[in-house]
Amino acid sequence: MTLNRRNFMGKGAAVAAASLAAPMVMADGHGGKPKVVIVGGGAGGATAARYIAKGSKGEIDVTLVEPTRKYYTCFFSNLYLGGFRDLSSIGHTYGTLASEYGVNVVHDWAVGIDRDAKTVSLAGGGSLNYDRLILSPGIDFVEGAVNGWDISAQNAMPHAYKAGSQSELLKAQIDSMPQGGTYVMVAPPNPFRCPPGPYERISMVAHTLKANNPTAKIIIADPKPKFSKQALFQEGWSNHYDGMIEWVGPDFGGGNVTVDPAAMTVDIDGDVIKADVCNVIPAMKAGRICELAGINDGNWAPVNGHTMQSKIDENIHVLGDACSQGDMPKSGFSANSQAKVAAMAVRGALTGSKVFPAKFSNTCWSLLDTDDGVKVGATYEATDEKIAKVDGFISKTGEDASLRKATYEESVGWYNGITADMFG
Amino acid sequence: MRWIYGVFLGFGLLGAPAWAEHDVHAIGDAEKGAKVFNKCKGCHQVGEGAKNRIGPHLNGVFDRAAATVEGFKYSKGLRRAADGGLLWDLEHLDAYLENPKALVSGTRMSFRGLKKQHDRANVLAFLRAYSDNPQNIPEAAPTAVLSEVKLSPEILALVGDPEYGEYLASECTTCHQKDGSDQGIPSIVLWPAEDFVIAMHAYKTKVRSHPVMQMMAGRLDDEEIAALAAYFGNLE
Ligand SMILES: Cc1cc2nc3c(=O)[nH]c(=O)nc-3n(C[C@H](O)[C@H](O)[C@H](O)COP(=O)(O)OP(=O)(O)OC[C@H]3O[C@@H](n4cnc5c(N)ncnc54)[C@H](O)[C@@H]3O)c2cc1C
Repeated sequence: MTLNRRNFMGKGAAVAAASLAAPMVMADGHGGKPKVVIVGGGAGGATAARYIAKGSKGEIDVTLVEPTRKYYTCFFSNLYLGGFRDLSSIGHTYGTLASEYGVNVVHDWAVGIDRDAKTVSLAGGGSLNYDRLILSPGIDFVEGAVNGWDISAQNAMPHAYKAGSQSELLKAQIDSMPQGGTYVMVAPPNPFRCPPGPYERISMVAHTLKANNPTAKIIIADPKPKFSKQALFQEGWSNHYDGMIEWVGPDFGGGNVTVDPAAMTVDIDGDVIKADVCNVIPAMKAGRICELAGINDGNWAPVNGHTMQSKIDENIHVLGDACSQGDMPKSGFSANSQAKVAAMAVRGALTGSKVFPAKFSNTCWSLLDTDDGVKVGATYEATDEKIAKVDGFISKTGEDASLRKATYEESVGWYNGITADMFG
Repeated sequence: MRWIYGVFLGFGLLGAPAWAEHDVHAIGDAEKGAKVFNKCKGCHQVGEGAKNRIGPHLNGVFDRAAATVEGFKYSKGLRRAADGGLLWDLEHLDAYLENPKALVSGTRMSFRGLKKQHDRANVLAFLRAYSDNPQNIPEAAPTAVLSEVKLSPEILALVGDPEYGEYLASECTTCHQKDGSDQGIPSIVLWPAEDFVIAMHAYKTKVRSHPVMQMMAGRLDDEEIAALAAYFGNLE
């Protein structure tokens, strides 16, 4: 079946009489207002909290569970590595969500979900009831994905793929590299959060090294034969950082890597390299709470694109990096876009507010060097099978400098826009 | 699906808003396409380990520049078309499959073509699975198509539904700030409806050049544009 508004409405009207028998506003056992619990206050979760609270004007109780007091966006954390932002400019707090939108912000970890009782248990010992649960926990790493690396090695070999202290650590390591030293990145296999992210990072690291340490080398060991915006990145690298960056794809053993965090060496297909900085970005999976909830199929939680509901439990919606939905890349923009669809569906289910057909979009900007920005984007709609890509565009190689500068400025505007859209 | 009808129950009571018809669907049925592909198999391989045979292998064919599979000797006709910039996007693959010689005169592909639109759609859906996945490479080819929307002569007279506008606006506010501040991205609040509508149609018809806005406006129908104009025009 294709998604068709008339179809939807026709069927809606035909069964309207049945609605009298099945009241829409559920107050499941606990009485009072319907309750929504959101786990994870990032791009997906913060947006969902704000949109549900704002739209329902107090008719829905919204609780947001997030362990950190300050959320550092991964987006623009590469720009921090490049010296284009300071860390404080990418940190955001939850005060406005609490004070202006009435969201109950609980700084704790969700450690278990009882889907029958519809409760979320917290590390601090409490428990929360829900009528609808939204999970937007982001990613965790697949254990054993990179030979020789585990979470205990993340200080010697940081991933910096969750922003904050890891980003600071990686920056400090880059800044204290010896002259002519070597930065190695172990890039992740598909699918992973932010497809252009590792390559934007390389551009930003190169920008910093070019200024402070121009004889340094960068090596990327990559298990993928192709990566996002490849032609744009490679053109940018040869324009700005000629000779500094070496990309080792799978044809040359980029997928066959073992690291030794104690010795600070990286073995790429038998070639042992002494690294001064080694940025290991392992394979990823949905944040562990999805697994604990029992809603994963493999590494990710499958959802229905019309509503972002879990395919395994319709009382749970999964957003952002943790879900598998079809064609959308795992990005902050995508998570924010999916959160609005889920917020609408949740409000519709709990208070009977209007529900419109799901629409999604994404644009990912990347900075290659000062005032040299590029972007890729697409629009998506829900089919019964998945979220499907409908249209898209990408910056072109050889664009003139003024267009690239405008693209960068646009990304700054986007950053301000999306963070205001998340945190109010 | 049953749950979705539940969500829509409200409409029966509130009355149907006046939306335009609007469809999105997968390119075709890949399973049926696998059968159609039997006609191509004599010359083309696809899938893991596929090699060039009488024709080039078809892995990654979507969005590939024509005549670029390494190690395959192309006809002069196809090389000429490639020099002219032929790209194997959905539209051109469809035209080629319908009648190869009409799109590329002098092609060596001796195949009369698939006359039935649904056969082409299905085989293309089948082949699409062997090209890049947009989730991993966001610039990959579309996997669904949107049906055309018709422009009515009364576009400017349409009065938008601000409630629908508010929902649609949530896509805009990822970049354009609601409080009207503009840093790198222009303010779009409190515009006269007419200016808003004209601007959006200018992007939609690609008279204005910004690619993000062309894409965003491109899938909004007239009522949706009017709804956005009504919403953003009256923000506090
Ligand atoms: C280097 C880098 C650059 C990027 N650049 C861009 C970019 O330019 N544009 C873009 O759109 N995207 C970008 N991204 C991707 C973007 O950051 C993610 O896709 C986005 O944050 C996903 O949102 P999310 O809500 O799924 O997860 P997150 O934003 O990661 O939020 C998850 C939250 O859940 C919390 N959490 C996890 N488990 C629990 C639990 N059990 N209980 C309670 N809370 C929990 C975490 O503390 C976290 O705050 C980038 C990512 C990286 C790493």
